[in-house]
Amino acid sequence: MTRAEIDKAVLSALAKVAPEADLGNLDRQAPLREQLDLDSMDLLRFVLAVHQALGIDIPEADYPRLDSLAAVSDYLASRRP
Amino acid sequence: MGEFRMPALGADMDYGTLVEWKVKPGDRVKRGDIVAVVETVKGAIDIEVFEAGVIGQLLAKPGDQLAVGAPLAVIDAEAAPAARPAPAPGPAPRAVGRQRVSPVARKLAAERGVDLAQLKGTGPGGAITRADVEGAAGPATPAARGMRDVIAAAMTRSKREIPHYYLSTHVDLGRALDWMQTRNQGRPVNERLVPAALLLKATALAIRAAPELNGTWKDGEFHPSEPVHLGVAISLRQGGLVAPAIHGAAKLPLDELMARLLDLVSRARSGGLRSSELSDPTLTVTNLGDLGVDLVLGVIYPPQVAIVGFGRIARRPWVVAGRIEERPVLTASLSADHRVSDGHRGGQLLSAIERLLQEPERL
Repeated sequence: MTRAEIDKAVLSALAKVAPEADLGNLDRQAPLREQLDLDSMDLLRFVLAVHQALGIDIPEADYPRLDSLAAVSDYLASRRP
Repeated sequence: MGEFRMPALGADMDYGTLVEWKVKPGDRVKRGDIVAVVETVKGAIDIEVFEAGVIGQLLAKPGDQLAVGAPLAVIDAEAAPAARPAPAPGPAPRAVGRQRVSPVARKLAAERGVDLAQLKGTGPGGAITRADVEGAAGPATPAARGMRDVIAAAMTRSKREIPHYYLSTHVDLGRALDWMQTRNQGRPVNERLVPAALLLKATALAIRAAPELNGTWKDGEFHPSEPVHLGVAISLRQGGLVAPAIHGAAKLPLDELMARLLDLVSRARSGGLRSSELSDPTLTVTNLGDLGVDLVLGVIYPPQVAIVGFGRIARRPWVVAGRIEERPVLTASLSADHRVSDGHRGGQLLSAIERLLQEPERL
């Protein structure tokens, strides 16, 4: 699983959660929850979509690490099977 | 033979625009089948039919603006499709099909008269975005009655007609959260609970202690409801909110209530709520904890008679067995219709919610 594949899956998961968002203009370093106005249900839906796309099960304890797009990408890369 | 008419979609929505038909003359339908998609200010709603039968003539075409009660189709409860030749339904519905369209793009297209079927989407997965519609639209025309207007009308009506009273209580969620976290460990993400599911289930069960808070006010009197169809207030990113129902919430196992909640939020934010979900709530819950709000003093959503609010879960100093400890505590509130209930009954509801959340394994 390459970084590019991870990033594509992450954006696809975000598109499912926030279909009206302009994902092309996201700041990779800024908190996702603020940029996209995500609440806890959105976060759960995002984690679920990532699980379905990449087969990576993110434990609840790790949710705080899913801060920015860059942080999500780094985290998922570290959890690659 | 009867006419199927545009159903009510909540107290604040009195019209919608037909987007597409999901059936054609001759199709056999049963109660609850989705027959059409209607665009409203709160997004695209799947319209369910109330009776079984065979679709006869379609009485509206895509693009028609329909008031609640407007005839949509003829439903023949008797004849098989071959025995009754149906009149021509008019121009074939232009189905947008499985093309993905964001709710804000769909709304804008309806306002600006843009045919979505003619657009190529530039969003993720080919989804049609607001920018795509704006690019195709001509000069802006006076906007149709937007979501803000319908919310304003409903909330103004509520404050004008419903004598609200307000109560609140603090709830120690320590046991509930510990139980939930233990239960979630080792479970895949699609089987995990969130605190909101526990709060919703506790509210639905607590109605046993205060049935006067679950039902509707119509024609000058209260109509109690035996099932608890719990409206869940869901904010929409483009502004506004919807509060569709989880039907029969008190009787749902917690896992199923959680799955229904997740599904409801997904469809509320991506399009695809069902008409019965908007017309059936008997009590609404609003949870603003994610925004850091401590106390919610909700406005009752007519024709309901109460709304329960939950604030954020915050670590607070709390007295436990005579000692001060740090505990996760939230504030639960109730706004209720004084025509139907008094503070005593409202207090009983909040007490029941607090008690139920101390025994999460029984939710």
